[in-house]
Amino acid sequence: MSSSSQHNIEALLKRRYDAGFVTEVEQETVPPGLNEDVIRLISAKKNEPGFLLEWRLKAYRHWLTMEEPRWAHVRYQPIDYQAISYYAAPKQKKDRPKSLDEVDPKLLETYEKLGIPLREQEMLAGVAVDAVFDSVSVATTFKEKLAEHGIIFCSFSEAVQNHPELVEKYLGSVVPYTDNFFAALNSAVFSDGSFVYVPPGVRCPMELSTYFRINAANTGQFERTLIIADEGSYVSYLEGCTAPMRDENQLHAAVVELVALEGAEIKYSTVQNWYPGDEEGRGGIYNFVTKRGACRGRRAKISWTQVETGSAITWKYPSVILEGDESVGEFYSVALTNNCQQADTGTKMVHIGKNTRSTIISKGISAGRGQNAYRGLVRIARSAEGARNYTQCDSLLIGDRCGAHTFPYIEVRNRTAQVEHEATTSKISEDQLFYLMQRGLAAEDAVSMIVNGFCKEVFKELPMEFAVEAQKLLGVSLEGAVG
Amino acid sequence: MLLEIRNLHVSVEGKPILRGIDLAVAAGEVHAIMGPNGSGKSTLANVLAGREGYEVTGGEVLYRGRNLLEMPPEERAREGIFLAFQYPVEVPGVSNIYLLKAAVNAVRKHRGLPELDAMDFLKLVREKLRLVQMDEQFLYRSVNEGFSGGEKKRNEVLQMAVLEPTLGILDETDSGLDIDALRIVSEGVNSLRSPERAFLVVTHYQRLLNYIVPDRVHVLAGGRIIRSGDRTLALELEERGYGWLLDEAARGQAAGQAAS
Repeated sequence: MSSSSQHNIEALLKRRYDAGFVTEVEQETVPPGLNEDVIRLISAKKNEPGFLLEWRLKAYRHWLTMEEPRWAHVRYQPIDYQAISYYAAPKQKKDRPKSLDEVDPKLLETYEKLGIPLREQEMLAGVAVDAVFDSVSVATTFKEKLAEHGIIFCSFSEAVQNHPELVEKYLGSVVPYTDNFFAALNSAVFSDGSFVYVPPGVRCPMELSTYFRINAANTGQFERTLIIADEGSYVSYLEGCTAPMRDENQLHAAVVELVALEGAEIKYSTVQNWYPGDEEGRGGIYNFVTKRGACRGRRAKISWTQVETGSAITWKYPSVILEGDESVGEFYSVALTNNCQQADTGTKMVHIGKNTRSTIISKGISAGRGQNAYRGLVRIARSAEGARNYTQCDSLLIGDRCGAHTFPYIEVRNRTAQVEHEATTSKISEDQLFYLMQRGLAAEDAVSMIVNGFCKEVFKELPMEFAVEAQKLLGVSLEGAVG
Repeated sequence: MLLEIRNLHVSVEGKPILRGIDLAVAAGEVHAIMGPNGSGKSTLANVLAGREGYEVTGGEVLYRGRNLLEMPPEERAREGIFLAFQYPVEVPGVSNIYLLKAAVNAVRKHRGLPELDAMDFLKLVREKLRLVQMDEQFLYRSVNEGFSGGEKKRNEVLQMAVLEPTLGILDETDSGLDIDALRIVSEGVNSLRSPERAFLVVTHYQRLLNYIVPDRVHVLAGGRIIRSGDRTLALELEERGYGWLLDEAARGQAAGQAAS
């Protein structure tokens, strides 16, 4: 590739971050630092039952014994955990707004600006939203309509108050607080998140979604999401994330737990667009997230789809534990790293039940000085008679200063298992670009078209509204002046 | 004049490839560019379409009176220049119909026309599909991915038919085609011939010119047009090969040098 076209492609990648604004609201913030008193304070603010405070404290004490993981293919300055504030919430007149009319209009405006209107009459029919602003959920829509079907969709804090038995039963059952450093930290200090319960045999009539927004400076966001699909039920859940542009790095250490009982199906889609930092790598979110689902019964199915375009560093491995016989796990991923972004992402598929199946489709796009690693584990336990896995890892390189890395781990303890792994690495070629431009497309549209084509297998797994959003997002991420 | 090339010199990586091309193409005409391998035929096609990596060291190209060489490739396309590629590239995951729609609308936007809606667009494409005798299924396959040589060339002609260019440049569109595909491709091109539209047909063989009958034939060798004539020139080349013309050109050049 000639150096001038190289330059052109890189110029195309200069990204604009539309969600980078700050909302001026009065904040209630806990001073920086972490100790048992801070945890007691968070728990007290949320009026939590004793079991939860105990659990948080156990998690904190365990966390103190742990070391930050260093095995990921990412580099960053050590994080000072005492310099972070662990709770930030917009001040509200009452404990919690009863309806949208009581929600600070500035908050509603924030979500509107992000394209997420919270007033039900204005929003996309068929999508219910829980809006999480820094440490708290500010609104959840369509709650009543969902309740008619027996579906619980609310903030985690509300679930703790109204359905403590479900929380106690399932919290930490998929990701125990001992699981890893960031999961332990989250367990100690998590503030809010979404909670979903779908009763047996119910097919959730609309998409459920959570929109996470980090606003406050110098705070971490530690949300926790728990989704339970009871026997024979179905739910599709979407999450979106953005944050203001700031020069400091901010930590986001979330935990998501999914439980699918016999015959249940959970489809979990993420479009992650946290602030990625600037061209020089200043600022951006450290996205250190633990996501895991358990297929607890026969024929349960959990499907993860993620489009990761934001964050300075992404460290996440949405996984599925296939306990039930004939259960199915899927992971579809697009990860884009540009400028100085780093991503180490992939999945774990742990086959325990008989005739369990898993599919992994990973598409990594590296541009600028971005580093993109796929790390995936396929483990077939001795008990997993007839288990099958198919893994496909494709990397697309744009420019010659970026990197793509693949770390597949395969452990097979049952001879009847079939495991397939395919991997490719390609570059956007000058020939492809010229071909599309000769048909009248601007250079940036041509790059965008090639990248979208590369991601097609993943995008087709996204719910319609999100697929459009994801395509637009990749378009914006690759937008810029032609050099 | 639709296209005027004046004393065009082009180098690739410092090596001169085109060494003074003069060519004028009027609307409604079909010009064939013939010549032995390495004579600069494809370079000429690529330079006109604006591919990178070609350095214009002298001369000028006017397209509808405008300086073509100043225009970026996508603008040339939108202004009606279409290059049917010798080696069309694969674009995995992008369907033919998606590319066609994006291309049509890019051109329409440039011309200040509204985007075609899905129904009108599909109607237009279906009509053109018949022209190249392709099945509608073809539209939903990824651009050129897994296409046979013949399918790729037919796809180029389909795109050309949909985009309705003012100047169509066919770069060795006949290479690798069997006789049936050649006929289909040629009929597609012929159906596009019109008083407003011109074609530059780059080919190594006269065979294609039995189907697409040119108004003028130019022989390119060593980066220059060494002979121009009507279609009988192509037939003569078919019979005698390029050797005699090259010899003549060499003698002429030697005589010219001796005289000066």
